[in-house]
Amino acid sequence: MNVALAKTTTGAVLDGTFAAARGRLPGVGTVAETRQQAFDDFARTGLPTRRIEEWKYTDLRNLLRDVAPLAPTPDQAALAQAAKLVEGLGTGDTQKLVIVDGVFAAGLSDLTSGGGVTVHALSAMLDDATSATRADLLRSRVADPMIALNAAFATDGMLIDIADDAAPSRPLHIVHVATRPSVAAFTRSLVRIGNRARVTLVESFVAAEAAKAYQAHDVAVIWIGDDSDLQHVRVMEDAGDAANIATAIVTVGARTKFNTFSLTTGGGVSRYQSFITLAGEDSELLTNSVHLLRDKQHGDCTFVIDHAAPNCLSREVFRSVLDDRAHSVFQGRINVHQVAQKTDGKMMSRSLLLSDEAEIDNKPELEIFADDVQCGHGATIGALDDSLLFYLRARGLPEKAAQALLIQAFVGEALESIASDDLRDVAISAAERWLESRA
Amino acid sequence: MTALLEVKDLQVRVDDREILHGLTMTVNGGEVHAIMGPNGSGKSTLSHVIAGKPGYEVTGGEILFKGEDLLEMEPDERAAKGVFLAFQYPVEIPGVTTMNFLRTAVNAQRKARGEDEYLVPDFLRKVREVAASLNIPMDMLKRGVNVGFSGGEKKRNEVLQMALFQPSLCILDEMDSGLDIDALRVAADGVNALRSPDRAMVVITHYQRLLNYIVPDVVHVMSQGRVVKSGGKELALELEATGYAQYEEVAA
Repeated sequence: MNVALAKTTTGAVLDGTFAAARGRLPGVGTVAETRQQAFDDFARTGLPTRRIEEWKYTDLRNLLRDVAPLAPTPDQAALAQAAKLVEGLGTGDTQKLVIVDGVFAAGLSDLTSGGGVTVHALSAMLDDATSATRADLLRSRVADPMIALNAAFATDGMLIDIADDAAPSRPLHIVHVATRPSVAAFTRSLVRIGNRARVTLVESFVAAEAAKAYQAHDVAVIWIGDDSDLQHVRVMEDAGDAANIATAIVTVGARTKFNTFSLTTGGGVSRYQSFITLAGEDSELLTNSVHLLRDKQHGDCTFVIDHAAPNCLSREVFRSVLDDRAHSVFQGRINVHQVAQKTDGKMMSRSLLLSDEAEIDNKPELEIFADDVQCGHGATIGALDDSLLFYLRARGLPEKAAQALLIQAFVGEALESIASDDLRDVAISAAERWLESRA
Repeated sequence: MTALLEVKDLQVRVDDREILHGLTMTVNGGEVHAIMGPNGSGKSTLSHVIAGKPGYEVTGGEILFKGEDLLEMEPDERAAKGVFLAFQYPVEIPGVTTMNFLRTAVNAQRKARGEDEYLVPDFLRKVREVAASLNIPMDMLKRGVNVGFSGGEKKRNEVLQMALFQPSLCILDEMDSGLDIDALRVAADGVNALRSPDRAMVVITHYQRLLNYIVPDVVHVMSQGRVVKSGGKELALELEATGYAQYEEVAA
């Protein structure tokens, strides 16, 4: 039944979009075959609906209607706009890798390799006919219609390799810039981090003034070796009527620390789904996700965490501040494999509803096959405390300023989890921009 | 000369119950007034209505502050104009450091009055000076507002704010509740240091004890939503001896 519906609504239209785009997509031979397979996988369901359990609260067929046509290759004007936006990011000294409307912009990027860091554009690697494994760049271990769609259409992205023992002095920083209205960009980046490496990876999503009602589809596949440390910060400030559908697929080795922070203030429809496998013993995963949403924004934060090795710790904290008719979704799933004894996994969702019409859906799931584990989940939902607001107002703070201070306090703990001062400031400024735009 | 605070025939309801049935009092600059009365006489309601706490419906009368209609102002406007309520139970605000809160509040008030914001070094110097006089260690100011503070520390934090904001009207709502004698003395010394010819204080309390430390010029006895008797500081001593029972009959 789903299949028929997909074909008659979005599927048929997309067939045309895919056929039209195919000529422009990098990679020939096995890559093209892989794309076709991925597209066929996607077409079996089409855009996911609420009838697919994993997408129950984010019915993309309803929210997106269809997939927008592929964005054209950026021209000089688009690149100039992007340059300005990149300059204004304020992220301090990072190694910037800029993708404009889904296409790697070499002129705006710093491709310096060295110190154990190697960086390539995905398109170049897909086109490299001498590589026998280039089609693997589009494959992933997670079956999901939007990951498949991304594999079919991915135009570009970054391929980053961090050697064993490397500790790049500057954070690697992938910047996604949207400059055009009503088009879709598909990006895919792969990051391989060796053993005993210490890395900071930043991802920013920003939009130029003219970019409205566009779609950003992104997948990041990350492997982290043993005894390593990855600090990850993602700030999504796409246009308020844009869509951002993104996936992270992360495999974590042994005795490794992975600390990931994400802030979502943009996007009319967004989903950030992370599939994280703790594949080696004694590793530690910390996730802090923050949604600051208003109007009719819909944001979805989904985690699937696999404890596939013993003695690992995972902590997921999700915080949402929702105004107007905003809708936030938190899905947290922890799978504890039979071998993963001594797992310590906990997740928490805290929501602050600023309006009667705001909505939060929490869906925690625990699936435990080991017998010696500690797992838990919790959720709180509340409004701003009237007695705190009055106290602040009685001390001279106008209503919006009093609310802003309490909201800052609410998200402050998540921001504290960012180790780098520069990056924390970037997240704080993004949150402040959101607060100021309320006033 | 315009009185600092004039409450005229004030009638206030909460939900459907009238709490104040026509309360009248006048406070001039430089004066310290004490309001005493049994539980439920409307003392705290009066302080909340003056500060602008939501949830109270004023059905009659008026409150003038320096001749201006206070009831028309938002709570933050009242604060900027110089009204300060020291809370009976100061709230805890986790995640907002006391220092950040103080600076935000001072600057919000200054901005509302069209004054320049404090420069950080000037502000820090001022806070340090006042905190020292109140025995408030600086590391307490780095913690969340009132988070983990003892009863005495919370009240000293209220006095600290009073000293920083320099309001012209201070209302102290049962400042003595939850304080031992030593803590009470420190807080009261802080308050007394702020007495000045152009600042008035309204001290709300059940007990005469507080008035040994903060000596009032005028004492009002409230019962069942009205001021039933006003007098000098000796009235407080009299009350301590006789209790409130006689006034409850008068009001009834």
